[in-house]
Amino acid sequence: MHEMSLCEGVIQVIEEQASQQGFERVLGVTLEIGALAGVELDALRFCFEVVCRDTLAEGAALHIRERAGRAHCFDCDRPVEVAQRFDACRACGGYRLQVTAGEELKIQELEVE
Amino acid sequence: MCTVCGCGEGSLSIDGASHHHHHEHEHEHEHEHGHGHEASLHYGKGPAHAHAPGLSQSRMVRIEQDILAKNGAYAEANRRRFDELGLFALNLVSSPGSGKTSLLTASIRGLRSRMAVAVIEGDQQTQNDAARIRDTGARAVQVNTGKGCHLDAHMVGHALEHLLPLQDATLMIENVGNLVCPAGFDLGEAHKVAVLSVTEGEDKPLKYPDMFHAADLMLLNKVDLLPYLDFDVAQCIDYARRINPDLEVIQLSATTGQGMEAWLDWVEAGWQRAVARRQESVAALKQRIAELEARLEAAGLSPDAA
Repeated sequence: MHEMSLCEGVIQVIEEQASQQGFERVLGVTLEIGALAGVELDALRFCFEVVCRDTLAEGAALHIRERAGRAHCFDCDRPVEVAQRFDACRACGGYRLQVTAGEELKIQELEVE
Repeated sequence: MCTVCGCGEGSLSIDGASHHHHHEHEHEHEHEHGHGHEASLHYGKGPAHAHAPGLSQSRMVRIEQDILAKNGAYAEANRRRFDELGLFALNLVSSPGSGKTSLLTASIRGLRSRMAVAVIEGDQQTQNDAARIRDTGARAVQVNTGKGCHLDAHMVGHALEHLLPLQDATLMIENVGNLVCPAGFDLGEAHKVAVLSVTEGEDKPLKYPDMFHAADLMLLNKVDLLPYLDFDVAQCIDYARRINPDLEVIQLSATTGQGMEAWLDWVEAGWQRAVARRQESVAALKQRIAELEARLEAAGLSPDAA
């Protein structure tokens, strides 16, 4: 979904942080992206490079920490791993799952100078 | 198309007027170091400048910030505004061609004896949909997102300004026809309502799971066409509930009116809650004022004198 907009959101945060924390250039950006966040990582990498052009993050390396999707199954009452939203519970095959992790969409850290 | 208001390239417009005010980089000037070319430090210092002697060593900055934090903040502001005004805000999402605008005009006609309805129309281009809504007599504002693929909370906040004064009403926000991107952007609405028509595939909830996960209600539209189609309603609902076990489903046809009553009742119930919430907060404020006035009086000061 809208990887280009997300990258522009990242640049916005970076620019705000640059004026607050007084750095002039970003060498690396570490993002935390959950498997259920609706983000296509290849598209994100491509957009990131494009969006960073002519900004203080031009040429910055993009590091992505992927987070697995996790859910609680109400049918068998235990935590399970899910790769996609429509996955069935791996233990009991039920679909009454409440996602508990994997929706992360965060900037964790910046390498700056 | 920036995440905040989509006005990145000046392509966003509200009711045809272009909207690109918010890129006020006022801090550009706070960091001037006496060299003209350094004033734009934060907005495009190329690598050629970065390795100049005297610059500090690289370091790590932990920020742990949500990428969509800005949209989230605007959405919260919208939500407070909706509460203050007693607005029941719905974010209608679907693919293009699901019949959202026809459903909306039929809904407005059905609801207008019960409450006021106002509409924010999101499309990439044209004023056509807002014009269709205005034909029903409802107030509507068109937001053109230009290159943007979704409405965001900042656009909706500005669009709301164009609908004021507005109180104790239902606010229908018709998002850009797109089952992908609008799922990720909270507009401050009470509910996302996904419209799916039976002329689409019954496996659409599986193909676009994020949207059906984000929605609280699915309207299965154009059910009058079911006799002519090979569409398995039960299968479709089953798929949708795999994604979102709590999803409510209403089957209807905006054209024949079948099932519309259930949907209109659902809207009215939500609207009544929104109005009641506003009245409660007004009553609470009035009570607080009365208490403060009583204390002033007890202290020998009349509220008028104070």
